[in-house]
Amino acid sequence: MKQFLVFIKKEFAHVLRDRRTLLILFGLPVVQILVFGFALTNEVKNSRIVICDYANDESSQALIRKIEASEYFDAEKITLSYSDIEKSFKAGKIKAAVIFPVNFDNDLQHLHKAQIQIISDASDPNTGNTINNYLSTIITDYQRQMIENANIPLRVTTEIRMLYNPQLKAAHNFVPGVMALVLMLVCVMMTSISIVREKEMGTMEVLLVSPYRPILVILSKAVPYLLLSLVNVATILLLSVFVLELPIVGSVWLLFLESILFIITSLSLGLLISTRAKTQQEAMLISMMGMLLPTLIFSGFMFPVENFPLPLQLISNIVPARWYYIIVKTVMVKGLGFSAIWKETLILTGITFFLLVVSLRNFKKRLE
Amino acid sequence: MAEQVIKVERLTKRFGDFTAVDEISFEVNKGEIFGFLGANGAGKTTAMRMLCGLSIPTSGAASVVGFDVYEQTEDIKKNIGYMSQRFSLYEDLTVIENIKFYAGIYGLTKKQIKQKSEELIDRLGLHSETKKLVGALPLGWKQKLAFSVALVHEPKIIFLDEPTGGVDPVTRRQFWEMIYEVSAKGVTVFVTTHYMDEAEYCNRVSIMVDGRIEALDAPRKLKEKFNVSSMDDVFYLLARGAKKAAI
Amino acid sequence: MSIVEVNNITKTYNKGTVLATDSISFSVSEGELFGLIGPDGAGKTSIFRILTTLLLADSGTATVNGWDVVNDYSTIRNNIGYMPGKFSLYQDLSVEENLEFFATIFGTTIAENYHLIKDIYVQLEPFKDRRAGKLSGGMKQKLALCCALIHKPVVLFLDEPTTGVDPVSRKEFWNMLKRLKEQGITIIVSTPYMDEANLCDRIALMQNGKIMSIETPENIIKNYKKELWAVASPNMHSLLTDLREFELTESCYAFGDSLHLSFKEKNEDNRSKTLAFLGSRNHSSLEMNRINPGIEDCFISLMQQ
Repeated sequence: MKQFLVFIKKEFAHVLRDRRTLLILFGLPVVQILVFGFALTNEVKNSRIVICDYANDESSQALIRKIEASEYFDAEKITLSYSDIEKSFKAGKIKAAVIFPVNFDNDLQHLHKAQIQIISDASDPNTGNTINNYLSTIITDYQRQMIENANIPLRVTTEIRMLYNPQLKAAHNFVPGVMALVLMLVCVMMTSISIVREKEMGTMEVLLVSPYRPILVILSKAVPYLLLSLVNVATILLLSVFVLELPIVGSVWLLFLESILFIITSLSLGLLISTRAKTQQEAMLISMMGMLLPTLIFSGFMFPVENFPLPLQLISNIVPARWYYIIVKTVMVKGLGFSAIWKETLILTGITFFLLVVSLRNFKKRLE
Repeated sequence: MAEQVIKVERLTKRFGDFTAVDEISFEVNKGEIFGFLGANGAGKTTAMRMLCGLSIPTSGAASVVGFDVYEQTEDIKKNIGYMSQRFSLYEDLTVIENIKFYAGIYGLTKKQIKQKSEELIDRLGLHSETKKLVGALPLGWKQKLAFSVALVHEPKIIFLDEPTGGVDPVTRRQFWEMIYEVSAKGVTVFVTTHYMDEAEYCNRVSIMVDGRIEALDAPRKLKEKFNVSSMDDVFYLLARGAKKAAI
Repeated sequence: MSIVEVNNITKTYNKGTVLATDSISFSVSEGELFGLIGPDGAGKTSIFRILTTLLLADSGTATVNGWDVVNDYSTIRNNIGYMPGKFSLYQDLSVEENLEFFATIFGTTIAENYHLIKDIYVQLEPFKDRRAGKLSGGMKQKLALCCALIHKPVVLFLDEPTTGVDPVSRKEFWNMLKRLKEQGITIIVSTPYMDEANLCDRIALMQNGKIMSIETPENIIKNYKKELWAVASPNMHSLLTDLREFELTESCYAFGDSLHLSFKEKNEDNRSKTLAFLGSRNHSSLEMNRINPGIEDCFISLMQQ
């Protein structure tokens, strides 16, 4: 037991005394959260939109003036056919279109109810969503003014159409995505590199030729990174709650338990790489190409898995980050409990078990 | 009086407060095998870099093959060859590719490259190995090849950095015979090493301790002067005092 | 009593294409300082790794203190000290931290076996808070030796401990080994430096995976039956070429500042004939003296047989 503690102390010394490792370990999650968080929200200012005023009456023009006055939009008033609007979207010229129907004022005066259609480009879901929210706010504001002035219960309803990604599947999904990414990076890359470094330096030979059992060498490599990764999870969650104002709807404990499971998955992957790689560069390359890219592509974080061709969808099933991503989203964003994620948890446990068995079998008590 | 191809006078290099090379002065004659010895950190690498035109001295004067180490570094580089135990050939290129690569680097013409590589392969008897990867050759062959490649542009001086560490005694002899041969042809050989048995092969050796040259003479005379039987002992006597700095 | 026994050990790499050791046998007695001497690629490291249970031999058997290297590997691991050739300690841990780490891993404490490392460690103690990465080559070797010794091993295996270390530190390192030997520790050490062979009790001269000779250094030199001469002149290159053409010469090679020459037959007038021959080839200020061979001469002669 004392040996185990001494080993862990040594591992912490390696991490804490190397500025580069520290930077990757703690700088990376912060930078990623901030980049993903702010880069996406800042973009909404001065978005180009078009307004098609088929009504061209008093009410529609009053509302248009309000929209034009907003700093969020760079609005252009034109009359376009529906297919022209579609073309502008495809060419990426506009982010949204606001369409007033022919009888806008008329409906408002007589039916006390009128409709506006908002079409937005949801291929960039965050921007699409934000634009919709801003436009809706302006319209609601206008509606309130009208009610105050006229003393009649007027209602302007908006019909929102999201083009390209109607369910806004990626909204708020970068926090779970960043969590998966960071844990992958820290656990897979750091563990594999730190084990391979001992091989390169010849210390592994000495450790093998000591009473300390090889299995314990692995365990004592894993424990520090497990702890550091949990610190990372906490950092990301704190940042997302207090800086990005994305609350954790579900149970924090469940989130941590599931994170521990995923960390163990990643650690076993790192271990597997270390049994294969002979140099630190090799370990880094395999971790980067073999682990980070699939995490980015197949987890559903950047691209919706549902849109993949079938073979790629099948591949995505064996990417652990995909399941972890679903789990975090379900718990953190949707606020559901274990009953909603038991299936994903089971799959992740299976993958972990498999990886652990394979890597422990590959870890030799002798040199090759 | 022999022609002097390296002239160094009070050459000094400082890095901040630290004086790596402290006013060293010496001359090397044409065709001489000159051993440049010192422990790790004694300053021999820094001194050699200055002579190769890779590092500008802080003060002092030096000329290599008649070119000034401050102003004419490019001319120096064209007229010297360099070989080290660590870096020399690309293991994943074939013998002939390595020769052509280095010859090309030094700006030899196509015709010269062809003639030189044939000559070189003839001399080394590597005919059946030209298409083999260098990585697959025995260490001794690699060293001989590296040495010949470093001479492909007919430099006037060749710098050798710990050239024969780890090879068997017979291969090492063959290597030194190659060195004797080029030296007999008038090429100056400048060997830096901390293997004292390599030092015994040199015409003259200098021993650097803490940035200064503490002794400079023929190995035989140094042994007589210190009244010991090997260069190892000479070095031990000189370098023991420098232990503080080497920690 | 022999503490290490090696019987017909053969080891190949890359599916049998590279022969590392070729049916090697030797034994080391308790308390002996045994040297494996040979160039890179002679098979020294493979032997070390087989004896320290890190590699399995293709065929042959070996025991350390009576334990079999295959079946009793964990007992062996608990009881030996090993310093691999590329061993470089933990660069980012301090001197003391490194020593403490290895002491604990081997289930002991620095205090318990301090008497073993005391001589060496006192030199390191002033720098005990310095990171190992900042030590000089010689100091690193001393620390590594302390780490390998701290658990009072039955046998100490040192794979090329002095390679790349300056002469002063090398000399000190061998002095330390001598003192450890006096304390009764069996030491097996490898080195590519022929001049270190004389410091061992017995040596195995190795080349291409084979042992050419196992003997005490004195006996190896005694077994060199020929007369050896050192010849020197200002023009070494032509001297060498000329001597190789000389009809009485058996072998002639460069050796430091002179050439080592041996003759095909022992004759009283070898010297005078040689000097006459060299005179006819215009060599002047010649020196020619009878010398005793060194280990390196023996090694060369064994290689050429």
